[in-house]
Amino acid sequence: MSAIFDVRNLKRTFGGLAVTNDVSLSMAPGDRVALIGPNGAGKTTFVNLVTGNLLPNSGSVALGGEDVTRLGPTERVRRGLVRSFQVTRLFSEMTPEEHVALAILQREGRTGRMFASHRAMPDVMDEVHALLARLGIAHLARHRVSEIAYGQQRLLELALALALKPRVLLLDEPAAGVPQSDTARIEQAIADLPADLAVLMIEHDMDLVFRFARRVVVLAAGEIIFDGSPDAVTKDARVRQAYLGSYADARSVA
Amino acid sequence: MMALTMNTGTLSTARDRRARLTRDAIGVLVILAVAVLGYLLFPNNLALLTRITAIALLVLSLDLVTGYCGVATLGHAALFGAGAYGAGIAAAHFGITDPIAMLAVGVVAGALAGLVSGAVVLRAHGLPQLVLSIAIIHLAHEAANKASGWTGGSDGLAGIMPDAVFGLWQFDLWGRTAYVFGIVLLIAAFVVLRQIVRSPFGMLCRGIKQDPLRVRAMGASVHGTLIRMYAISGAVAGAGGALNAISTQVVGLDSLSFTLSAEALVMLVLGGTGSLYGALIGTLSFLWFEDVVSAANPFHWLTIVGALLIAVVLFAPKGLYGSLAALIERRGRKGR
Repeated sequence: MSAIFDVRNLKRTFGGLAVTNDVSLSMAPGDRVALIGPNGAGKTTFVNLVTGNLLPNSGSVALGGEDVTRLGPTERVRRGLVRSFQVTRLFSEMTPEEHVALAILQREGRTGRMFASHRAMPDVMDEVHALLARLGIAHLARHRVSEIAYGQQRLLELALALALKPRVLLLDEPAAGVPQSDTARIEQAIADLPADLAVLMIEHDMDLVFRFARRVVVLAAGEIIFDGSPDAVTKDARVRQAYLGSYADARSVA
Repeated sequence: MMALTMNTGTLSTARDRRARLTRDAIGVLVILAVAVLGYLLFPNNLALLTRITAIALLVLSLDLVTGYCGVATLGHAALFGAGAYGAGIAAAHFGITDPIAMLAVGVVAGALAGLVSGAVVLRAHGLPQLVLSIAIIHLAHEAANKASGWTGGSDGLAGIMPDAVFGLWQFDLWGRTAYVFGIVLLIAAFVVLRQIVRSPFGMLCRGIKQDPLRVRAMGASVHGTLIRMYAISGAVAGAGGALNAISTQVVGLDSLSFTLSAEALVMLVLGGTGSLYGALIGTLSFLWFEDVVSAANPFHWLTIVGALLIAVVLFAPKGLYGSLAALIERRGRKGR
């Protein structure tokens, strides 16, 4: 299948130090890719380059065959590249219903409307409740976000991303900070993501990576050192070297 | 808890609409009741009540950008002054003396001033934003002072003689027509703004206030949205300025002053930001309190106003309306 997401030879330096160095990564619709790497590997910079919050020194980013390297973050979102945040970024004074309605209206270019409440739009409200129900938080629809548990906020973060109907979804540590009791819920939600969606998950939790990913990409010191199946990653000598340094020879990763 | 369970679809939509209409009708009735009460209690002081109405439009306008969008500004009187001078100059220099036409000129002038000052103020955030807004009001004030051929400079712009409203109601010496004109204008603005703050556009603005980065990650334009809100805000403030010009038949430099900008912000904080009722209650209580206290003690009234403000900020940080609403919400939750 042709690539929906295509990053070629991306490079970004800060004061002479290449934080992202010649990174290429391509995904097809339906891909489930995990991006892992030790601290300081350049994962955050990579995400910022892909979403358009940083401009690269060289290289390109393409979405669905269209070069978006010079486009800003909002333009990329409108072309189907959506991200979730490592630490939830929600509107604490607003309700889940309002969050999802806003995302749907934004997707449809209706946020400029000044004389109709979203609650008077049955098509929007039906979609809002269907989406919230799918993630198991419909009963919280009209609670303020500041009043709901963190695990449920993470689910809302997912709902928000899905409401934008992305073609490519970047999940930045979707289960970070969530108590163990709630992670199953989030994992289930991730497993239920639309089949034709290309998903790139940045994650530290290796158990989650192995359950989710059909392909693992390892970033270390700004470069991709491994791109292959989850089975092969633990056996790869360079990956072990990157994660464990000199201990790699003495101990096994798993 | 049953009340919180959601029914989807048109049933809840219809119920929501009814609830919204009821709330709006109550709001309009409350404003009307207060207006009638003011008319009956202070028949010789209608000029003050009309001024309160005009300033209420300015504070409502400020609430749109500060309360709903989180933009810090101490230069909002520039929009009010633009409306006042727009309507005044139209009447004094161009013979446009129909009050509705003067109002329209004021609204357009205010919206244009909103676009210009929004374009400048929104370049920065936080303290630099505040400084830019102060620069704007000083520049506007100085420009009006220098262009005395048009504005009358420090003497004020006189010679504003508005016609009768719809050819029927003359502006009388007691200010009855002006007062009714003002209250009708305020209610119209209130109804329109209630729609806007609840609309998808209003929701987007509230989102921007809480987390602009999140809004961008949803693919929405933060700057474009804020500029639009600034123009709307300018139109409302401009209507207030025009009302002031029509009712007092003179426009002074004080309508374009830093002091008025700062007082408008004080009134908004006093009433509570981010709600239209807060803006109205803040204006009414501040100006009424100022009137009473300055009459009672002409030497120390500013001290007393200062003490009141400190008390409100310390003990009711959400403002008079905001704190009351929070209290009622807490009570309601306990009772459930």
